[in-house]
Amino acid sequence: MWGTDGQLCPPYRGFYDWFDGEDLTRLRKKQRDADDLFRLTGITFNVYGKAEAEERLIPFDIIPRIISGGEWHRLSRGIEQRVRAINAFLHDIYHNQEIIRAGRIPEEMISRNAAFLPHMIGVKPPGGVYTHIVGIDLVRTGPGEFFVLEDNARTPSGVSYMLENRETMLQMFPELFSRNRVQPVQNYPTDLRRSLAASAPPACTGTPVVAVLTPGIYNSAYFEHAFLADKMGVELVEGNDLRVVDGRIAMRTTRGYTPIDVLYRRVDDDFLDPLNFNPESSLGVPGIMDVYRAGGITIANAPGTGIADDKAIYSYMPEIVEFYTGERPLLPNVETWRCSEPESLAYVLDNLHELVVKEVHGSGGYGMLIGPTATKKDIAAFRRKLIARPSNYIAQPTLSLSTVPVFSRAGLSPRHVDLRPFVLVGPDKIHVTPGGLTRVALKKGSLVVNSSQGGGTKDTWVLED
Amino acid sequence: MLGKTANGLFWMSRYLERAENTARLIETGQRIALTRLGSGDEEWTSIMKTAGVLSGFMEIYDEVTQDAAVDWMMRDHGNPSSIQSCILGARQNARMVRAAITGETWEAINATYMSTKSILGRRVSERDLPTVLSAIRQHTALVRGMVHGTMLRNDIYDFLRVGTFLERADNTARILDVKYYVLLPSVSAVGSSIDNVQWEIILRSVSARGGFRMEYGAEGGPQEIADFLILNRRMPRSLAFCVGKMRSNLAYLNADLEAPSDSQKLVAELNDLYLSQDISAVFEFGLHEFIQKMLSLIAGIAGQVEKDFRFYE
Repeated sequence: MWGTDGQLCPPYRGFYDWFDGEDLTRLRKKQRDADDLFRLTGITFNVYGKAEAEERLIPFDIIPRIISGGEWHRLSRGIEQRVRAINAFLHDIYHNQEIIRAGRIPEEMISRNAAFLPHMIGVKPPGGVYTHIVGIDLVRTGPGEFFVLEDNARTPSGVSYMLENRETMLQMFPELFSRNRVQPVQNYPTDLRRSLAASAPPACTGTPVVAVLTPGIYNSAYFEHAFLADKMGVELVEGNDLRVVDGRIAMRTTRGYTPIDVLYRRVDDDFLDPLNFNPESSLGVPGIMDVYRAGGITIANAPGTGIADDKAIYSYMPEIVEFYTGERPLLPNVETWRCSEPESLAYVLDNLHELVVKEVHGSGGYGMLIGPTATKKDIAAFRRKLIARPSNYIAQPTLSLSTVPVFSRAGLSPRHVDLRPFVLVGPDKIHVTPGGLTRVALKKGSLVVNSSQGGGTKDTWVLED
Repeated sequence: MLGKTANGLFWMSRYLERAENTARLIETGQRIALTRLGSGDEEWTSIMKTAGVLSGFMEIYDEVTQDAAVDWMMRDHGNPSSIQSCILGARQNARMVRAAITGETWEAINATYMSTKSILGRRVSERDLPTVLSAIRQHTALVRGMVHGTMLRNDIYDFLRVGTFLERADNTARILDVKYYVLLPSVSAVGSSIDNVQWEIILRSVSARGGFRMEYGAEGGPQEIADFLILNRRMPRSLAFCVGKMRSNLAYLNADLEAPSDSQKLVAELNDLYLSQDISAVFEFGLHEFIQKMLSLIAGIAGQVEKDFRFYE
């Protein structure tokens, strides 16, 4: 909100005029009202391994994060470029593997990668789309300086918070929206449905039938699955509602089985099809991969997209973008050391105290080391893990992230944030919803924004310029 | 609609109805205990029997006391029909069918759950019991109101209604099943105060004292009470009323089918054979036997609805 020169950043001017005239007591009450509202609408996430009672609220902060229209415009162009490259990359590695032949990525990065799915070799997904929904995690280090921290090309979550955060702000502070021209996000569910329908499979006749596949009410993101099905006006199905009927995937309705054209699945690849993948899975549909390969259904995102958001592949993203788009990447990566490479490993081991080290396949902020805040003991323990399995890790410098204000006891206090914009990919259109999910590290000085580790969220505004 | 969704809607409304019925039964029990007309513990035994939770209770407790009975029926997670369990069950099902019900309905159920969870977090003292029970009933009434005022009249609504009336019919039949003997004609007991208390219990358990007097005047006796609860088509908790509603909602669900479904046939049969006569025929059949028959037919309809609409497979 405040630049390094102590001046108010321009997009925050309208907001600050309002905030300055507000009474802190009233705002404190509003913050409590917001919490009640979230609890009532049931916007919760389940904590794994806990009983029914453990549905938690993700803390919501009432101070919006504000991005100027100009800054957003540049950002969204970079995101679009990156997402186009990811889709081209996926098509390539499951077909001719030109990028390997060109020597831009080592062959073993693909063939030995656990996220590479041999079942997808030679398969052309309907409409040519691999990643129908992408979430790109970004951090900002200064005006106009965004870095990509991570690409989420499997089943990115959090979009329901983006929508509900806005809904809550509209309800709590309508006056703010008449003073600031904020670009809307509420069309997301309609856009999503349209975008999914546009990738309908060859077998689809008539209006495409879309459904959301959830692992069930005990899944941590169940709320979001139900929310999206509700807002799109489509069925929310579980594996046991589905079966293969006449070469199609069909859902059991009160009147018998009805075919589905596009399945927005929120179930991981491994659990998707017990016949083709994990035989223990009861969350998927036996035989869905065969139906998929025969053009009987669209699976969104396509199986095997995880290869594109793997943290080891991440370090090659600048090459990937350049290789497929022929352009310089508009969005930079964070400098990344691949611990599989001996020189990098040596550097990382020497500098553990100032690096962030992550597991290649980890997520949710688990299994990572944040050097600057870790104890000597933590570092020593992590060093042993790193030496034992170097290829399992990558390391990045700790960036000096810019902060945004949150509402605290004392008024406004700076906290670190990231940003996950959501991107919809159709056969001939890429759409980036203006804004996204801002996650905030609520602990002072903390860099960890994951909800499973005490992070919160806030509304994200992109202003009309 | 998905078979699973129909199942969720059906059970969501059954659980809500059951929670409310249990609350009403506890109110009745306490009322009897307060007026000290009945012998309290016997009354709680019979109330738990009515709610179908006595055998579970006896596995845990050695004797029936008011405190233990109330706690078992209100809060115990080990009792699948306790108010707490029912509200939780209703909410679990509502979560499952979240996309089928309106936001308002969901929020009302979620608010009911949150508030019940907090007020039933610890043992409810006798002093607080009336307030707590009335708060719970107000909440379930709010859910009912939201369903009524915000839901489209389509198959989603029909499944909710079928669940509600099936549960309610079952509940009314159970009340009669436990108390049928006080309605039997017996020369010696007529007009005695014991009987009046027992009749009062029956009417209170279905919130129908006022309605009864309206329909039958101040002089109504056991035969009239039986008629009211079994055959009266204006009484919203009577068997005839509930079965009539099930019949029409199943008919809406099958409106575009040429032949009636099996569950429709069962409901029609129940209605035509047992609920389209006058009360003397019921007494001739044998009140107890009649009610037993009702309970088994209602259970049969529930099973058939499950099959007809592919709840599971």
